[in-house]
Amino acid sequence: MVFIIRRLLQAVLVALVMSVLVFAGVFAIGNPADILIDPEATQAERLRLIQQLGLDRPLYEQYFIFLGNLLQGDFGTSFVFNRPALHIIFERMPATLELAFAAIFIAVVIGIPLGLWAGLRPNAVSSKAIMAGSILGFSLPNFWQGIMLILLFSVTLGWLPVTGRGPVGEFLGMRSSLFTLEGLRHIALPAFNLAVGLLALVIRLTRAGTLEVMPQDFIRFARAKGLRERRIIFIHLLRNILIPVVTVVGMSFGGLIAFAVVTETIFAWPGMGKLIIDSINVLDRPIIVAYLMVIVVVFITLNLIVDILYSIIDPRIRLEEAGQ
Amino acid sequence: MTIASVTPTPNPAPPAIEGEAPWRRVVREFAKSWTAMFGLLLLVLVVLIAIFAPLLSPQNPYDLASLSIMDNRLPPGETGWGGMTYVLGTDGQGRDMLSAIMYGLRISLGVGVVSCTIALFIGLAAGLAAAYFGGRVDTIIMRIVDLHLSFPAILIALILLAVLGRGIDKIIIALIVVQWATFARTVRGAALAERRKEYIEAAQCLGLPQWKIVFGHLLPNCMPPMMVIFTVEIASAIALEATLSFLGVGLPITQPSLGLLISNGFQFILSGQYWISVYPGIALLVLIVAINLVGDQLRDILNPRNAQ
Repeated sequence: MVFIIRRLLQAVLVALVMSVLVFAGVFAIGNPADILIDPEATQAERLRLIQQLGLDRPLYEQYFIFLGNLLQGDFGTSFVFNRPALHIIFERMPATLELAFAAIFIAVVIGIPLGLWAGLRPNAVSSKAIMAGSILGFSLPNFWQGIMLILLFSVTLGWLPVTGRGPVGEFLGMRSSLFTLEGLRHIALPAFNLAVGLLALVIRLTRAGTLEVMPQDFIRFARAKGLRERRIIFIHLLRNILIPVVTVVGMSFGGLIAFAVVTETIFAWPGMGKLIIDSINVLDRPIIVAYLMVIVVVFITLNLIVDILYSIIDPRIRLEEAGQ
Repeated sequence: MTIASVTPTPNPAPPAIEGEAPWRRVVREFAKSWTAMFGLLLLVLVVLIAIFAPLLSPQNPYDLASLSIMDNRLPPGETGWGGMTYVLGTDGQGRDMLSAIMYGLRISLGVGVVSCTIALFIGLAAGLAAAYFGGRVDTIIMRIVDLHLSFPAILIALILLAVLGRGIDKIIIALIVVQWATFARTVRGAALAERRKEYIEAAQCLGLPQWKIVFGHLLPNCMPPMMVIFTVEIASAIALEATLSFLGVGLPITQPSLGLLISNGFQFILSGQYWISVYPGIALLVLIVAINLVGDQLRDILNPRNAQ
């Protein structure tokens, strides 16, 4: 319990430090008044807008106002959309989460069987091809690979749509484009684009796990019992290699949300990532700050969950911390 | 660049010579893998192209006088108005893609090597300090490193560039900030292992000054794992720079790295003018794969677990 409270306090501290860094950084970009206010506005109008946006106050005062608002869940009003920044982020969030989950699904469903295959027949030509492919998956720059997907599947073959999110369907109260056929057609390319790095990682992990587990005694024992090969692989082997795979996939979730910035820009996917790039380009500071704080909170929460889960699984971590 | 200077011995060296110089062992082991040698060959080729781009390229892509707008977006192999044949086609401004790629390689490679080298020095200083002094210094430095590494590199770079703006100096700063923590963590791990060894104790007993122990004894023995990380990090720095430039927050349009060339070509993809994006991408891929092949083999050789 002490461990969890300590970790929580650390998390809050990190969030606070990040809020100062993000705020100070974003406010140092330039003079937003020049960019946000119509150059043809009269001087009186200009002053009124500066006052309305709070741009005339000293920086530290702006920060405390910002922090106070932040604690009330108010991240300011977007300069461009003229609506609360947090609302806009939350509006875009489902599209990004949908993309990240679809990518994880693809990585697991394709990656584990390929990794198993390569691990069970390490010397086969097909296995070598799978491993070479996974190296390529690591090396391919994400954005270029996305462009190649568009070139192949949309421009040359004409099978899949190029940009945007398909119509949204509703299923069990959840609204997602995964529930319509057109939506699935739209998400296929971006999700695969986002999945490739993770897919390569899952293949390597599964293969390494298979190579490690297969020579062990309990597998030989299962064979000696006369179990069928299929049962050995899918029950005994898989259960043992899934733990590291699940850990890595879970921890990569944050990274997927970050990398969605690239995927969303290429495929014009209306998620948070595209929003942040657009906002950086027009210096829509409330959106930038809100996005960064949301991401920081997501990451800190993920790390906290992983830490706590580990401390439950492995008591040594807890004891080490307590002994410090 | 450091790696490119590791040239293979002409004849396969005799196996395991007693008292063989360590670098000779590295060279001999390296030459065993043909994929790694292939990677090294590619890398040397790419580095040479990048260095001698002004001599090799058919056209100076920055010299506006030599460009003809009439030649814009010609497919590969087409001959333009001036009678020049564009092997890889031309871009939206009538620039020869082959020349643009050669100059782009220069910028991409330069940015990667410079930022990684500076990050390496910062990481070495921080990691050595953490490992040698231990205690509170170690805790503070490693807390910062852990916090740093818990966020994806692209996110940190994106935030920094949003703040700093565009420019080659700014992207180098962003890449340094992103990468020093990886170096710091690696060197700390290596230095902690080395610190416990007897030669450090012996040096301390001899009453050598601390700086001499750290830089003269500890540092050289931490270098093998750093070489591996350095190689691999250059590849990831190049990929990250390309990504950021593609997103429009990296290099300015006046310094077209490979990422920016790909980005420029992206708008023409839908009309089927693939060459503007595809060829710079292939150049980028070759560069990254070559570095990774060399890095993988170095890791196998320099990993203390594999050493005899």
